[in-house]
Amino acid sequence: MVQTRTVEIAVGAFVAAGLGALFVLAMKVSSIGALDVADGYELVARFDNVGGLKVRAPVTVGGVKVGRVVAIDYDMDRYEAVVHMRIDRRYDRFPADTSASILTAGLLGEQYVGLEPGGEERYLGDGDEIRLTQSALVLEKIIGQFLYSKAAGGGAK
Amino acid sequence: MTAWLQRLGRRGIGFFERLGRGHLFLLRVLAALPAALARPRLLVAQLHAVGVRTLLIIGVSGLFVGMVLGLQGYNTLVDFGAEESLGVVVALSLVRELGPVVSALLFAGRAGSALTAEIGLMKATEQLSGMEMMAVDPLERVVAPRFVAGLVAMPLLAAIFSVVGVYGGWFVGVGLLGVDDGAFWSQMQAQVDLHDDVYNGVVKSLVFGFVASWIALFEGYDAVPTSEGVGRATTRTVVHTALAVLGLDFVLTALMFE
Amino acid sequence: MSEPAPSAQTRRDEVLVRIRGLRFRRGERVIFDGVDMDIRRGQVTAVMGPSGTGKTTLLRLIGGQLRPEAGTVEVDGQDVHRLGRRALYALRRRMGMLFQSGALLTDLDVFENVAFPLREHTRLPERMIRDLVLMKLEAVGLRGARRLMPAELSGGMARRVALARAIALDPMMVMYDEPFTGQDPISMGVLLQLIRLLNDALGLTSIVVSHDVQETAAIADYIYVIAGGRVVEHGPPEALARSPSPWVQQFMQGLPDGPVPFHYPAPDYAADLLEGVP
Repeated sequence: MVQTRTVEIAVGAFVAAGLGALFVLAMKVSSIGALDVADGYELVARFDNVGGLKVRAPVTVGGVKVGRVVAIDYDMDRYEAVVHMRIDRRYDRFPADTSASILTAGLLGEQYVGLEPGGEERYLGDGDEIRLTQSALVLEKIIGQFLYSKAAGGGAK
Repeated sequence: MTAWLQRLGRRGIGFFERLGRGHLFLLRVLAALPAALARPRLLVAQLHAVGVRTLLIIGVSGLFVGMVLGLQGYNTLVDFGAEESLGVVVALSLVRELGPVVSALLFAGRAGSALTAEIGLMKATEQLSGMEMMAVDPLERVVAPRFVAGLVAMPLLAAIFSVVGVYGGWFVGVGLLGVDDGAFWSQMQAQVDLHDDVYNGVVKSLVFGFVASWIALFEGYDAVPTSEGVGRATTRTVVHTALAVLGLDFVLTALMFE
Repeated sequence: MSEPAPSAQTRRDEVLVRIRGLRFRRGERVIFDGVDMDIRRGQVTAVMGPSGTGKTTLLRLIGGQLRPEAGTVEVDGQDVHRLGRRALYALRRRMGMLFQSGALLTDLDVFENVAFPLREHTRLPERMIRDLVLMKLEAVGLRGARRLMPAELSGGMARRVALARAIALDPMMVMYDEPFTGQDPISMGVLLQLIRLLNDALGLTSIVVSHDVQETAAIADYIYVIAGGRVVEHGPPEALARSPSPWVQQFMQGLPDGPVPFHYPAPDYAADLLEGVP
């Protein structure tokens, strides 16, 4: 019977270690606690071009992560991309004239949505739309414009 | 030429016959699961054999793999001045790929081969027949508990492997090479996603546990009941499990991380 | 789960195992080709024959582990191969089988091996299991060896433990598969005596498959000799010893040459030797 006891203790320790490891993966490696936007409110923004923005990309204000992109659609009536974002409840007082732009982390990093608070008294609520948006910068277009303006400038001289 | 074709044909038929037997075996094991689950004591004994005895090799391998990842990742990242991302590199490699895959391969070598040898020898020494004649179904009494144990142990082993590996990478990166401790963890936490990475890694290891246990038990149960036959079956277990795990890993990765 | 009550007719039936027209084939090889047998209750019936005549296969057919191509095997009035899984398992609980190797579970000690069928099939309290196991082990003279592992047992002891396990559930019959192969004279004597004693003391029916003619004949009540897939001769040992068949005489007395030739069929010796000459 002593033997079964040690076996049971060893198995118990093994299962505990395994579950503990899963817990560490969830909490420490992926940090589930850092930002849980399951109960948040939704904002919508329309862009001409979302570039490489992906679902689950972060939404930040002044460099602080406040939410995530939950869905990206395309509106066939207005020919615009529609980005749905879920924002944490704690950050619930963005002025109505807040602007949204699609930015890139570093030179080649992932794209994310950056919010810029405005100055109005009214606040955005669940399901509201952000009116002022700035599309993603597409590298090819920038280079193209740059070359075009160079060429145009050169021609004028 | 015809002889060659005939040999090819016979091999093909043999292959499909075995495949069919393997699936029938799986169905019978699944049918025996409820009876096995009703006896947790058998399961505990098998978790010990399959899980606890594999733990040491999993832990040690996880540590070394993590340390190598730390070293290699640092050397590559430092050229781009991005050594702060070391935590991301180490954690993503482990959680998505190396944790489930390497621990499944180690599982096949340590626990899978032992399962095949054990069942094969029980067959060779008429223990399975003996049980049948005692009106005890060996699939319920012997095979099903081992199958459940493999299925339960695999994700736990993979999680332990990943965690030990992350700390191994942390030890090399932060401890020895001077990467910033805060950056290491915060970048990792920002980039590793609970659903996309951790959860999918667990799903992978569940699938691998299923396949590895199935192959090991079937090879043992289907082994030619001689010492030579059992030896061959053991080798086949390791080879087939390795191939199945790597092939499935590709398919699962393609499905999960588009 | 209640077993179907045997009808009055089968209860009075003298014959426990009735085999009729049994045919069995393994691949191309015909093992049995129309075998009839009656195994009577309370007797020790020996099934003898040269090696490779499928004596072990016969026991597996009776136990329902193999299916015959044709013919029937009835045990206690039930057709073994028509039974569903549940009924077959219920029947097997009343049959004990002693495998050639003993087939002890190598990861359990002697006590747990004998306790195995009790633990699997009954919900007896631990004290009672202990008493029953010790009684069975006492019957085979190995009560003192209860904590040994199977690997520590000699071949004869392993078979005695297996015998204790086979009678753990108080079966109606016990089948012995080559119980004497590879035994020294002393353990062979012990096994012989045990088979006879247990049969009579517990009111069992025993089937002994063997090719140790003299020894088996000494304890058997009735003997079947099978060869070439058929029953060649049957009767009580004394009758068999007086059998007119030269083949049975050769087999019973272990003569090297006779109807079963010493030489494997071959072309003429002299011609064969000369053939190598260019």
